[in-house]
Amino acid sequence: MQLTDAECAMRDGAQGDAVAAAMDLLIRYGEALDADRLIETDNVAGAFNASTPSVRPIAERGMAEVFSKLNLDSDKTLDIPHMAARTCQLITGIDDQNWALQGADPQMIEMQRKNEAFIGKRGINLFATCTPYQVGNVPTFGEHCAWMESSAVIYCNGALGGRTNVEGKESTGAAALTGRIPYWGYHLTENRFGNRHVRVDVPVDTMMDWGLLGYFTGEQVEEAIPVIEGQIGHTDLIKLKHFGAAAASSGGVEMYHIPGRTPEARTPDEAFGPRRAEASFVYDAAARKSVYEMLQTATDPKVDFIMLGCPHNSIEQVGRIAHMLDGKRLHPDVQMWVHTPRAIRDVAVRSGYVTLIEAAGGQVMSDTCPAISRRIPEGVRVIATDSAKQAHYLPAIAKVQGWFGSLEACIKAGLTGTWKGDF
Amino acid sequence: MVDTRDSFSLRGRKVVGGFAEGEAMVTSQTISGWGGINERNGSIIERRHELVGQSFAGKILIFPGAKGSSGWSAFFHMTRINNVAPAAMLFTRMTTKIALGAVVTRVPAMTDFDGDILTQIRTGDHVVVNANTGFIEVTRR
Repeated sequence: MQLTDAECAMRDGAQGDAVAAAMDLLIRYGEALDADRLIETDNVAGAFNASTPSVRPIAERGMAEVFSKLNLDSDKTLDIPHMAARTCQLITGIDDQNWALQGADPQMIEMQRKNEAFIGKRGINLFATCTPYQVGNVPTFGEHCAWMESSAVIYCNGALGGRTNVEGKESTGAAALTGRIPYWGYHLTENRFGNRHVRVDVPVDTMMDWGLLGYFTGEQVEEAIPVIEGQIGHTDLIKLKHFGAAAASSGGVEMYHIPGRTPEARTPDEAFGPRRAEASFVYDAAARKSVYEMLQTATDPKVDFIMLGCPHNSIEQVGRIAHMLDGKRLHPDVQMWVHTPRAIRDVAVRSGYVTLIEAAGGQVMSDTCPAISRRIPEGVRVIATDSAKQAHYLPAIAKVQGWFGSLEACIKAGLTGTWKGDF
Repeated sequence: MVDTRDSFSLRGRKVVGGFAEGEAMVTSQTISGWGGINERNGSIIERRHELVGQSFAGKILIFPGAKGSSGWSAFFHMTRINNVAPAAMLFTRMTTKIALGAVVTRVPAMTDFDGDILTQIRTGDHVVVNANTGFIEVTRR
């Protein structure tokens, strides 16, 4: 791999041992990819938190050891300097305010707070959400980024035209300290064109419709780049967020085009560029129903937990839930957690939404989600969620039965304690 | 095409250098890291995966590659820390998840083979991996 003089100097220790370890990791990683060189980045979104029991033995030896081992793949404990690139923390493992409700013990939240003080001091902005693009980090067209979080990556590439691969805990640590990432994959224009076609033959309009289309698309195209055309209604942040999260969960989709809607393709010709569709798929009413059924892992209609907000809800979504619960009361056997970024939760408090949701018996959580934290209320057997991504992951992680459906179906189940579904 | 020879070798590209040998565990399905494996015992937990419930600890893991969450590398990294990592990773589809995951798991890893590792190698075969020279040796068991 070709390195610039500045990169060689970093590798050789001119900026200290931590930067040298970061560059060493980027070189090993770049060579594994067979990349020609590194590219400069000033936009890193990673996971630097210490929130899980498995990190605890390392965290007990200090937060420098956590960063060195888990974010730089270093065997030595290094002095960690201020980050070189603009960097933010993605979702964490424990809700800073509602940790007791989550069942976290005080030592765990203390560990997470100690770590946040350590990384905050070094310039890592604690957004603590899977959706940094909802709270102030909106990449511009063509901006080279180093992001983790598959649902954020597909949003960055597909919806915004920023450029990132799916990075990991270690590569984002190295990128934050060096301002570099391998120049490979979606950083190169020629790798961003479509190579699969999805024809939508059934109206796609609601948030659930977009989740189902995303889950179908990921199943069919796996890691390829779909170009989606057909009966597509109005698009917005919420819908593309759900589409992307679902497509990245069922397959490994990191980039897509919806000609006329997403920024890199005004037309199908622009979407495919020099490539062509190597396979075509039709999403029709039968496919929609089949994906809906695939997402159900529950058989018991008696629901005891409603999870909303994966990826983290926008303020409009929190407001919609508050409105639907206004003056009502959740079934006594049902708990409801609504997840939204900390910054948006503040707006939701001020807008009165949190009061309405709490009055109905629900909770508004931040900083984490049940799949990441592996924490759900004790005794829960059957969950319902409006997120295809959460329905994909949570039943396996939490060993519970899972229903997937529209927000309306989830709210109804919350109020009655019984799952009726959408079909 | 089923390979009927008792032993054969394939050439590939080094992803992570090193030498390993052991029993092959072959799947035609991609693997999720976060949410797809248990990092404490090295087993597959994805409910619709053909290897669900089985452990890859110490095995030569032969698979198309990675899928799912960006926690892929961190979870395979933890399998190394917990001593339940695969002995080597041989795969067909290069992505950033698997490249970084193989680097931090620090096991020999290879891709771009001159044969189809997913059909020519069977679960239980004995595989010798020399990622430095770019060759693997497969012996039927």
